[in-house]
Amino acid sequence: MLTTPVESAPTSATSPDAAVVSLDDVTVIYGKNPALKEVSARFARGAVGLLGPNGAGKSTMLKALLGFVKPEKGRMTVLGLDVAQRPMEIRARLGYMPETDAHIPGMNAVSFVAYCGQLAGLPAVDAMQRAHEVLYYVGLGEARYRNVETYSTGMKQRIKLAQALVHDPDLLFLDEPTNGMDPKGRDEMLELIRDLGHNKNVNLILSSHLLPDVEFTCDHVVVMDKGQIAAQGPIDELKGPAGRVFELRVKGDLIAFIEELRAAGMECHSTDEDVMRVFVPSGLASGVGAAGGRDQQAIFALASRHKVQVRHLRPSVPTLEDVFAKAVGQE
Amino acid sequence: MSPIHDQSYRRYRGGKATPGSSWTVIAWAGLRAMFRKRAFMGLMLFAWLPFIVRAVQIYIASNYPQASMLTPTAQTFREFLEQQDFFVFVVTIYAGAGLIANDRRANALQIYLSKPLMRTEYIGGKAAILFTFLMLVTWLPAMLLLLLQVMFAGSFTFLKANLFLFPAITVASLLQVILATFTMLALSSLSKSSRYVGILYAGIIFFTAAIYAAMLAITGSTSLSWLSLSSNLSQVVDVIFRLKPRYATPWPVSLLVIAGLVALSISVLERRVRGVEVVT
Repeated sequence: MLTTPVESAPTSATSPDAAVVSLDDVTVIYGKNPALKEVSARFARGAVGLLGPNGAGKSTMLKALLGFVKPEKGRMTVLGLDVAQRPMEIRARLGYMPETDAHIPGMNAVSFVAYCGQLAGLPAVDAMQRAHEVLYYVGLGEARYRNVETYSTGMKQRIKLAQALVHDPDLLFLDEPTNGMDPKGRDEMLELIRDLGHNKNVNLILSSHLLPDVEFTCDHVVVMDKGQIAAQGPIDELKGPAGRVFELRVKGDLIAFIEELRAAGMECHSTDEDVMRVFVPSGLASGVGAAGGRDQQAIFALASRHKVQVRHLRPSVPTLEDVFAKAVGQE
Repeated sequence: MSPIHDQSYRRYRGGKATPGSSWTVIAWAGLRAMFRKRAFMGLMLFAWLPFIVRAVQIYIASNYPQASMLTPTAQTFREFLEQQDFFVFVVTIYAGAGLIANDRRANALQIYLSKPLMRTEYIGGKAAILFTFLMLVTWLPAMLLLLLQVMFAGSFTFLKANLFLFPAITVASLLQVILATFTMLALSSLSKSSRYVGILYAGIIFFTAAIYAAMLAITGSTSLSWLSLSSNLSQVVDVIFRLKPRYATPWPVSLLVIAGLVALSISVLERRVRGVEVVT
């Protein structure tokens, strides 16, 4: 079997500012349903989150980049290589962790991962050695001789990561990697992903509908909604516009109060808890008291005017949740 | 203190194979997996019993003139291959039904196709597994019988008179094996249950044979033998062995049906073996 040294990435993808993945005007249609609508996006080097609610088109985008689905139109490049022209070269340098439970039947973990390494072009001996290494890395060292079919959901997530890593890819696609995991396992998985992206120089795209997962592991984010890009860029930039965020809980005519807040130029959206988050753009409440208290006073003044009781008001920091809510227009 | 073994993630510095050879990885893994099954090994050994019987027949015919009625002819080899039909059927179901169906059940196709291998390589690797096992129960024993005949007779007289047997055995085995391999792979790609695939394959073989038998009873003519999968194969293999075809159907028609079925199977595989199942 012919072997070649591991190729370095094309120049266009190795420069620090180059996008590892780019999509230009990409449309994917399933039957009559458009899953991606004229999507243009750039994924920077490092860890990038692909964020969006279920059905937003995240998995479809990853599958299109893998060549599993053919776009109706548009151009895609991965690591500087055209997806339509050089899919094999791309896949040789790519690791894919699918969303659904996936394994090769009838194999134990170490055989499965080594087999995946061989499929990716590693010599048999190297594949076996790498299989042991990555299984230890993902925390399956002690269970590596067990049949994969006997694994728990969390272990199956880990072995999917191991098979994606075994051939040392330059880019990882992780599709909902924490699905079905218990809190401890989820934290460990996120630590692994963070380590890969930040300490091991593996570029990765983390597709998730879970905001905390993306915020913990990624530096950049691409927000998708209904098959389109809603926002994209560095997370710090996206969540750091001038202004302040407050957690607010009120009693009274909530709908009218929210309308009043919006009329006053503030943005507000609900969270999982019974608390809404209010974003007050800088300068909106100027001239009222000290800099730190002006915004609170503005909210209190509006509440007082509408006879709404403020039960809870606490300054917060802008989070990815605010970016996401703003991008997809969630109320 | 330095760690005994670094369990962290390390970058790989070794070489990688150029894309295009992954089908061999699939084939080897499949062959090894089947050979580890005792029941399958038993089946393969059982499939060689007719070979032993024929070998004994050739030995007796070569060494005892009073057993001249056992002297092998070209038809002997044709009959041997026909005897192996049963084992081809059983091995095809045992080794072939789960080849793609099990991967579909475990969502393995997206794992395979995210690696640098094409769909044709995946299908080629899977086909190689079944192809190898079927050739082991058809072509290999038939060829060994031919060699045994030369050895036991101590002369090349029979071989010189029947030189066409080498290509005939090869072509007949290939035809039988390719038809079984592609038909089974296509059926295997249609379901996630290997059991269902096995039943479906057996159903197709028996159902087409039953339809032909019913038509034969009604019309009294064998001109509709093209309705039966196994009859088509028998008809063409008879011609390959320079024997009189057993049915009234012209052999090119039977060959056309076989070719059509293989083409249909490839078309099914092309549609079903994908990294993502698109339901519209």
